[in-house]
Amino acid sequence: MRRKLPVDRAIPAHQFDDLEQQREAATFGAWVFLATEILIFGALFAGYSAYRAWYTHDFELASGKLNILIGGINTIVLLTSSLTMALGVHAAHVGRQRALVWLLASTAALGTLFMVFKAVEYYDDYRKQLVPGLAFDPAEWSEPGRVQLFLIFYYVMTGLHAVHLTIAIGIMVWMIVLARKGRFGPDYYNPVEVSGLYWHFVDVIWIFLLPLLYLIGTHSILDLHF
Amino acid sequence: MTARVIPPATYYTVFAALIGLTFLTVGISFVPLGEMHTAVGLTIASIKALLVILFFMHLLYGSKANWLAIGAGLFWLGILLALTLADYFTRHWWTY
Repeated sequence: MRRKLPVDRAIPAHQFDDLEQQREAATFGAWVFLATEILIFGALFAGYSAYRAWYTHDFELASGKLNILIGGINTIVLLTSSLTMALGVHAAHVGRQRALVWLLASTAALGTLFMVFKAVEYYDDYRKQLVPGLAFDPAEWSEPGRVQLFLIFYYVMTGLHAVHLTIAIGIMVWMIVLARKGRFGPDYYNPVEVSGLYWHFVDVIWIFLLPLLYLIGTHSILDLHF
Repeated sequence: MTARVIPPATYYTVFAALIGLTFLTVGISFVPLGEMHTAVGLTIASIKALLVILFFMHLLYGSKANWLAIGAGLFWLGILLALTLADYFTRHWWTY
């Protein structure tokens, strides 16, 4: 019912004393959800750490084969999307409706660009015989089993991240639809703020995936290609 | 509306720092550091994550209860990592 009202007459849901309490409850709920997300990815990080410690050398060799150029560019793309997201929450907060729609659209577009680059990178991995079970030559490696283990971690971790980013892009489209209807304003923009928290979380996961997957081995300038 | 409005200049500054740190961490991967790569990479990643969480995610400006949620998440992550790795890291000890 509250959401049907013009934003300048926003009233809190009946269980809250005021809009501020409602806003704090919404962000706290989002943080609790993100705490569970830390543990979902945490299990993968723990498994990765255990085997990286056991097979350090083989993990470094395999890591050196990944496309660091696309990985690096994608990091910039995702960080930029986090900037537009933060500016979008700011626009909602100060009631700039048109800026809000454009910033949310830029965020979704940058997320999509990340996915396109990731697809290009997976294809490059395929051409470089780095896909266990599909395109992988055991004769190239002294310890093919360990290298395949690293690659499986690479696909599962980047894959789970991509699933999260896909959901985040969907949420962003939803927020654009609501923003165009004028549902957000200085008194009520919790959905934008909470979607932003999820978006930034997906960015934080990638911030850790970059060094763990791409940067543990020494790279050569000769590896740089798109 | 009592939530503090954070000036966009703050976001631009944080963004510049994040991009700078990304170039730094990728640049370092071309330097032959051997096993130090992981430690250096994770240190830079932690600084970047902290910047995103404190400023972009408003942890610095929001309710103190949010610290409890992320603190609990990281505490349980610590248990997950410590107990798992305590097993895997010590399995080889009998060979010494």
